[in-house]
Parts: sequence; C-alpha cells; structure tokens
Amino acid sequence: MSETSVDTIPRHATGLAATLQHARYVIGENPVTGLSVSLFALLLIAALFGPWLVPYDPLASDTNLALHTPTPQHWFGTDQLGRDIFSRVVVATRLDMGIAIASVAAVFIIGGFAGLIAGYFGGWTDRIISRLADTIMAFPLFVLAMGIVAALGNTVTNIVIATAIINFPLYARVARTETNVRRDAGFVQAARLTGNSEMRILLTQIAPNLLPIMIVQMSLTMGYAILNAAGLSFIGLGVRPPTPEWGIMVAEGSGFIVSGEWWIALFPGLALMLAVFCFNLLGDGLRDIFDPQRRT
Amino acid sequence: MTHHPLLTVSDLTIEFATRRGPVRAVEKIDLTLGKGETLGIVGESGSGKSVTSYAVMRLLDRAGRIAQGHISFSGISIDQASEAQMQDLRGREISMIFQNPRAALNPIRKVGHQIEDVLLRHVQATHANAKQKAIDILTQVRIARPEERYHAYPFQLSGGMCQRIVIALALACQPQLLIADEPTTGLDVTTQKAMMDLIVELTRERHMSTILITHDLGLAATYCDRIIVMEKGTLVEQASAAAIFKSPGHAYTKKLMRATPRSGIGLRDLLPDDLQTGAQPVPRKPPGVVLLDVENLVKDYPPTHGASLMSRLLRQDAGADKPFRAVDGLSFQIKAGESLGLVGESGCGKSTTSMMVMRLLDPTSGRITFLGQDTGAIPAAHFARSPFRSRIQMVFQDPTDSLNPRFTAERSIADPIYRLGSIKGSDAIRHRCEELATLVGLPVALLDRFPHQLSGGQKARVGIARAIALDPALVILDEPTAALDVSVQAVVLNLLEELKARLGMSYLFVSHDLHVVRMLCERVIVMRAGRIVEQGSAETIIEAPQADYTRELIAALPHPPV
Amino acid sequence: MNLILQIAKRILSAIPSLIGVVIVTFLLTRVLPGDTAAYFAGPAATPTAIEEVRKKLGLDKPLGAQFVAYVEALAHGDLGNSLTTGQPVTQDLAARLPASAELTLIGLIASMLISIPLGILAAVKQGSLIDHACRLIATAGVSLPVFFTGLLLVYVFYYLLGWAPAPLGRLDVFYSPPPTVTGFYLIDSLLAGDLETFRATAAQLALPAITLGLFALAPIARITRASMLSVLAADFIRTARASGLSARTVIITYAFRNAMLPVVTTLGMVFSFLLGANVLVEKVFAWPGAGSYAVEALIASDYAPVQGFVLAMAVLYILLNLLIDVAYGFIDPRVRLEG
Repeated sequence: MSETSVDTIPRHATGLAATLQHARYVIGENPVTGLSVSLFALLLIAALFGPWLVPYDPLASDTNLALHTPTPQHWFGTDQLGRDIFSRVVVATRLDMGIAIASVAAVFIIGGFAGLIAGYFGGWTDRIISRLADTIMAFPLFVLAMGIVAALGNTVTNIVIATAIINFPLYARVARTETNVRRDAGFVQAARLTGNSEMRILLTQIAPNLLPIMIVQMSLTMGYAILNAAGLSFIGLGVRPPTPEWGIMVAEGSGFIVSGEWWIALFPGLALMLAVFCFNLLGDGLRDIFDPQRRT
Repeated sequence: MTHHPLLTVSDLTIEFATRRGPVRAVEKIDLTLGKGETLGIVGESGSGKSVTSYAVMRLLDRAGRIAQGHISFSGISIDQASEAQMQDLRGREISMIFQNPRAALNPIRKVGHQIEDVLLRHVQATHANAKQKAIDILTQVRIARPEERYHAYPFQLSGGMCQRIVIALALACQPQLLIADEPTTGLDVTTQKAMMDLIVELTRERHMSTILITHDLGLAATYCDRIIVMEKGTLVEQASAAAIFKSPGHAYTKKLMRATPRSGIGLRDLLPDDLQTGAQPVPRKPPGVVLLDVENLVKDYPPTHGASLMSRLLRQDAGADKPFRAVDGLSFQIKAGESLGLVGESGCGKSTTSMMVMRLLDPTSGRITFLGQDTGAIPAAHFARSPFRSRIQMVFQDPTDSLNPRFTAERSIADPIYRLGSIKGSDAIRHRCEELATLVGLPVALLDRFPHQLSGGQKARVGIARAIALDPALVILDEPTAALDVSVQAVVLNLLEELKARLGMSYLFVSHDLHVVRMLCERVIVMRAGRIVEQGSAETIIEAPQADYTRELIAALPHPPV
Repeated sequence: MNLILQIAKRILSAIPSLIGVVIVTFLLTRVLPGDTAAYFAGPAATPTAIEEVRKKLGLDKPLGAQFVAYVEALAHGDLGNSLTTGQPVTQDLAARLPASAELTLIGLIASMLISIPLGILAAVKQGSLIDHACRLIATAGVSLPVFFTGLLLVYVFYYLLGWAPAPLGRLDVFYSPPPTVTGFYLIDSLLAGDLETFRATAAQLALPAITLGLFALAPIARITRASMLSVLAADFIRTARASGLSARTVIITYAFRNAMLPVVTTLGMVFSFLLGANVLVEKVFAWPGAGSYAVEALIASDYAPVQGFVLAMAVLYILLNLLIDVAYGFIDPRVRLEG
C-alpha cells in the first residue's frame, strides 16, 4: 500500500547512534556547547588527578613568600601564608565537585523517585510528597541550607545533605509534572492493556522517558549546587581552613581586596565561576540535544 | 463575477529557511478570486494551503518568505507593500479566522475590548461609540445576551461561541476578503454546520469574497463556488465545486475525492483504483453469540476534583457539589463477529463508556458481562492480571501518543506478547512480530524504527498490530483515524474491515463521524449526554433516523453536490 | 466582593506553609547532634548554665510538650536571647531587618528596571545583537557567585577607581544615621531633609545593591525573554496581527500582559535566591543587616539568632509569595474569576 513503502522515508540511524549523530550536530552548530564539554573534561581531570598535577603542596606555607603577585613560579601568586594559589585552586576542584556531584546524585535518586510516584499514583502519595516539597520551598533555599548545616553540625557531609534537601523540590516537581502528563498517555494505557503491573509501567514505560529531562535538570542544578556549597563555606560553614576549597579561599582573599591584593580572591573565584558556567552551558546544550522543543 | 478579480496570485513561491537549507513550501501557484466569490483551497497536511493564505496576509513566520511571484489585492501589490500599508489592509480589507478559536483570542482581555481594539485601530468607531458598535457586531454573529458577553473572557465561553467572537473580530471593519483557515476543525458537526452557515450568510450579505481552507473536500464542495486542490506545495487542479465531484481531472483529486467518506458508498469505494486488489471482499458473517453485554452502566465523576478543604469551605455555590454523570444508564450488546458503532459529539460519554468496557475505568454502577463472566466486578486496578485482559484490546485515537517514544515498533508490538502471550523466546517473538506486521501491511524492515521515524499511517498500523497480537475477541477502536489524513484513513479503515473478517474479532467503534461508522459497522448507537438516543442497524439510522437529534446530526454532515 | 474572597482564600492557603515552616524550624533545633541545651548555652557555658538553659527551654519535657511551648513562645514573639548581644533575638532582628530590606528592594527594583525591558527587546528582536547580549547575560549571570561579584566591584570601584566608599556598612562613620521613621535610610534622610546624608547613604548602598541587582538580572531577563517568545508565537497574537493592530498594541497590550504572568511567578523564586544572596552580600560589605547578624551568630555558635533568622526569613518569604499570588490574580482573570 502506497503510503507505507520503505522508500518514502529516508533511512534514519536508530537509538544511540542517532542521539550521537544529533549530539555531534548540535555541538557543531553551537560551538559554545563544544566549549563547555572541553571545560567539563578539564574540571574532571583536575578533580581526578589534581593532587598529582600541581607544582606545590597546597598546604605548605612559607611566610617568606607571602602575598606575592603572580609570577612564572607561582602562576596565581601566593596567599598571606605563602601558599601557592594555583596548586590550591586545582586541588580544591575535587572537593567542590565532589560535594556537588554527591548531593545532585542523591537528590536525583530520591527526588526523582518521589516525583515519579507522586505524579503517577496521585492521591495521598502525591499530597504528602507535594506538601513536603512545598514546605521546603517555603524557605529561602540558601537560608534553609544555613539552618540545616548549623543544626546538623558543621561538616562537609552535612553540606552535601543540606544541598540535596534544598534541591529536592526542584527534582520532585519536574519528575512529578513529567510523569503526570504521561500517566494517561496512549502508550501507557496500551501498556496497561497488555498486562503490565502499575509499578512495571512506571519503571519501564515512564521512567526512561523522564531520563533526558532529568539529566538536563541535573546539569543545570550542578551549577547551583556548586554555588550553594561555596556560599556556605564562604560564610564559614562546612569546610574549614586550611583545606583548599574555592569558597573559603575567596573568603580568605576578601580581606585583602581593599588593600589591593586581588589575586588571592580572584583565582578561586574565577575557578568557581567557570565551573558553574560550564555546567549551565552544558545543561543548555543537553537540553538542545534531548529536548529541542524546550529551547529558550 | 466581475472581470477585475479582487485577488490575483501569480507564480507564487514560498520558501522557509530551515537547518537543512531553504525548503519550498509552495511552488509556482496561480490563482484568482472574483468579488463575491467563495474559493475553497483543499489539501492534506503539508500541502501548503495555509502557507498560501498567510502569504496573502503577509503573516508568514520569521523563517518564511515570498521567494518569487506576485500577489495583488484590488490593485495593491501585497508583495511590495510596506509593513505599515499591510497593517492598514489587515482587518480592514482582508481578515482571517483561524482553527482553534479559543487560542485565537487573547485569554486575559475581555472579548468586547478585543473587538473595540480592531474598530478603533481602523477608525471604524470612536471611543464614544466603540462599545455600542462592538455589541452590534456581537448581535450580528448571533451571540445571545451580547451586552453581557461583551464583558466575558474567552475562558468563560464555549468553543463555538469563541469562534463567533473570532468571526466578529474578522468582520468588524467590513473587509472585502475573508480567509477562513480550517475554521471548524475540532468542532462538533452540529457546531460546524452552524458556523459555516453563519459565515456564508454574513459574507453574502456583505458581498464579500471568501477563501475557505480545509482538508475536507466534502465541506469545501458544499460551501464553495470554486475549488483548488493542492498537493505538496503545488496546485494540481482547479474547477467548480460541482465539476470536481462529477469529473475530477487530476489523479490526486480523484484519490482525495474517493477517500472522502460520504453517503451511499462502501469502504472499498474509498480506495483509489491502484489499491483495489481485485480480490473479492471477505463477506461479513452473520453475528454469533453475545460476546459483551452491558447493562445499566453509570459513571459519576466526583465534583471539583481534588479541591482542597479550604476551597470547599469558601465555595459560595453549593450546587456545584453534585457529581457529574458522564454515562447515565447505558445498556447494549455486542455479538461475536459484529461491529458496533458508538456515535456522538464531544462530551456525550462515548469515550468514558469505552474505557469502562476496556476495564481501565471502574463504573459507578451497572454490569459488564464479557464472554459470560461479570468482568465489571473485577476492579480496573486488578484487571491487568485477569485472564480476560488479553481478550479485549484497544486501538487508540492518536497513533503518536499511543506509542512509547523510546520503544521500537517491534518492541511496542511485542509488549503484549511478552506480558500475556504464550510465545516464548526472542526468535519466536520476532517471528510473530513479523507475521503481525505483514498482516497489517507494515513493511518488516520498519520494525526496528522508533515512532518518530514512522509516518502517521505506519504508526497507526503498529498500534493495530499491537492490539491484535494476542488474538483478542473484542477490539475497541477509539476514533482510530481521527488524527489521519483522509487518504490514509481510507486505507486504515479497509485494513480494519479485512482484519475483522479474517480473524473473526468484534469491534466497538467509537467515532464522531457517522459516514465512517456506517461503512464499518453493522449496528450503531447514537449517544447524547450519557444516554442512548437511538440504536439500530447502520443503514436504518442513516437512511431513516427516528430521533430528532440523529436527524440533526445527519443534516449537519456536509452534503457536497453529487 | 469576589476579589476580597479570593484574597482571603490566598491568605488561608498560606497557612499550611506557615505550619510547615514552624515544624521544620522546631525540628531543626531538636535534631542537633549531642546536647541541645549545651548547644544553645554556647561554647563557654558551665554545667549549671547548661542545666539552666535546659529548664528554660523545657528540653527536659517530652517532645510534644516542647513543641507546644515552642509555638506558645513564638506566638508571643519570643525567639530566645542572643548570647552575643545579650538582647532578645526578636528585638535584634527588628533592628536589623530594615537594613536588609532596603538593600534587597533597591537591588531588585534596579534589576527589574533593566532586565524586563531587556528580555522584551530580546524576544521582539529575536536573533539580533540585543538578543545575543540578553542570552549571554542570562547564562553568565546565573554563573556568578554573588560574593565574588561583590568583591570584584569593591576592587574596581573602591580600590582602583576610588569612586565608591569603603565597603563598611550603611553609612560612613562621619555621618550619623537619620532619625528613624521607616528604617530605610534613603527615605528617612529625605524625610529629615538631609540631602548630605541621603547622598552618603546612596553612595554606600550603590555597590551592594548593584551586586544583588546583577544577581537577580539573569533569571528575570531569561524568563521575560522566554515567556515573551512563547506568547509572541501564540495564536492570539497572530489574530491580533491579522486584525491589523499596530506593533505597539500587539506587543504591549496583547503580548506583554500575557508574558508577565510567568514573570510574576518567577519573582517568587528570585526572592528566594535574593534572600539567600543577601546573607553573602551583607558579609562582603559588612552591611549591618539580618544576614550578617546570623553569620556572626553562626561563627560564635550562638544558635538562637540563627534559628530566629531562618524562621523570620521563611515567614517573610511566605508573605512575599502571598503578595505575588494576589498580584497574579489582578493580572489574570482566569485566576480571579475561577479561583
């Protein structure tokens, strides 16, 4: 029959190959996405191998070298204790990224699942989960994170927990809405007719369709998680000196800005900014790849 | 007709800039429109019919441009005119009404003010008399209580009423040309008829010219003087409305014409000659034993779904707390090998009924007996594990929405076999999928594709293959062709008929289209507001309807000059 | 009448959030690892002092009774005493909130004045230079750590250019604060007719307000642009254009009013970010607001002010959201008339 002849539609690559092809196309069209991918690779290398790559011990102080401007020996200069800022910035990558990745991974699983069941089953499940999300959202999020870390104790683990908690509503809501629009979609109804149990439909039919948008969400909130963790350490929560961490290094450098020693705060601040920028661009790029309709 | 046409389009080519370079949506179109003439532009999706009309209004998207050709409207070169000139023309000389009337109105502005905006813009009213003029126009488009409706927002009005407002907007400044772009698509047939009659009457009264853009050849032939048929951006035929049905010239027009459901023809007549296989149609067998028996089925929906305690406390009108009865005491039977059509306009309860029979929704009361078992007693939530599950299957309305975007065609078809079938082993299942694909006319090579790589007709075939994978006794067809172009609809309807005869299934066919139901079904039930208005054999209901409502429905169907 | 009912409904709907906030802040104080009483008594407390605090806070009673006592105290506006200042927390916060509010509001207003027109222009002239600029600002802006922007501004405008005063609070030490009427120095100095103090206040306020404004710029510009774009693509805009309405009417009366709806909703989220960013900015500029009060208390392990601050911010945020909801109802008849 005429409209179904194989030739009428060009042969497309399928599955993974198609996604890769599309990804290459998006990156080709938007070099900024390509840039963010390279930045991400750089961050990854610094996080994984940082301690072996740096020229100096990030903790070794030498008062003779204190407050030196950037030189060929010390690319980013030295701080008030004579520590090499370049080494400290690179080594700090692991901690900052670690906090962000751990908290985002935790909230991806917990928040995503909560949103999934809330959106699918509705009723009381939905009411309880939505109420929980609303209550968290009723706080200014950074302020709540401050309160949580202050209450639970001033440790890095608690920064991870606090960051995960304040991101919970975002994940739960996205997953809930996306599940809700699919709950009665034709293909879900069809799966019910073919004897799939509700839980099975949720996990095999709906969850995979949520993955792209959740991955975009993850990338976008990674930046926010990094900012949040750095902000907490900037005000003296979580990470403690002398541990190298971007937020705390900016805080240490802040006292020297008024006297003109700009490099102490600038380089860790730039590192922080680049990392967040990278994840935001990556998120936008991923959105273009997975979900072209939602482009802004 | 005068010798000076109102609108002349010559050699018009429209291009769209896309990621893969420019694409021609319309190629070298010539057309003319006389004063007072009604022209129909007919074509299936992607034919370029709407784009042509947008070019006449110079309302193409950012990406689109007139690459070549001229448009001249009463002596003015539209393609050369400045944007300011165009703004003066739009609404005052040429105006337009659209599909989906509710979306066509500003949701947060009173409809009266929206009409005033147009009147004031074209200096057809002063601030002092704008309100009175707007109310006059509302009266002309037959809106009851126009003074009150003047203050209404679009969300407070029905779809038909919104379309009247859009017509009022378009006619407010007495333009010479009205372009109607699928003005009744998505509206019920009775509303469609009321709307088309109104447009024709108002434009005749004002000696206006009209362009009606539609996918429905029957509708165009009923209301237009002359018809242009477009296919893939080119004009394939133009003729008077009467001539098109009598002696279509172009092969595409023939195919389109034949595929249009109308009275007095059979399913086979819908197909073009090259698809007529020559084989005799499998004769319908006399219906067997009772397969499905529905008695006194009722479905209530609770009031204000999910309303919080707070809003209930603050609710002023206690009357709204009554439950809404979607299905109200429905009884019918389907015998083995029989097709029953369930017809009605939107909101009549036909879909709710099919969902209950399907056991995806629990009835409030009533019995559903299927294969001698009281299946209505098994809660919908547990029906997935019932042995009856595989015996009732469904083909859904929207072929795109009903396929999981992340499953290949094969995976979609195989899903019921994995869960409920007796076939085990991946080779055997693959073999069965190929067999089913062949049965529904889907090339086996397409089984590895994802839904977005398939055409609408191919997706419909995948949906049908999935529904018949377990050899069900009853298949519910929920408007299975509503989202398809007519030529594809013709093919799919014939496929359904053939499968039924070959596999000995029964159908419950839910549709709003009486012509289609008549061709596919032996018996028909006409529903309105949750109740049965009339039931009987398909022929009797169409030829000699008893109920007033059925007569109204039949009268509302377009009657092209034959 | 209907409008009053709608507003009453909104106010009622904020109650569950308030209850949630009170429960969470209560729980936060009780899940403290170790001895809560010791924590509240501060690091330097003696065992008898700790016992005293335990009695005073009712920590020896069952959790239910503790909650009742907590709510009772809240009802009387009692948030406990600060160990650092020795004053009731309520009093301290009340004294410092105007400083934070002045800063946040000026920052927000300045950023809205820039970002909303920018977003509209970017959407109307899609693909133009201004559109690209808007998108760059939107992406780069959300990547800026607010404390880092603040420090950069201090370095450039104070250290290098010398245009701004030292980042040390609301008013230079040579000036005395204007007599308190509203608590906003800008307004109070004008009321007192003291232009010199007004100028000095504005000078101190400029950098921190710009810092906060830059922070809020990105999300507002982004959502304005996105929602304008989607509204401009809507069917009713096509109808308006097909009716020959002028570009001005189409963009302002038809598109902009519809596009404002998502923008107003997003303002809630922006407030959430701003109230958090406020804490960081106050620390950078030694601004004597509620945020720096909480940070000082945090460092001194003085818990009552932190808890009071979190609660106060949450209540403030709920009230702001309420305001936004009511404003939304004014713009959108669908909400106003149907509820």
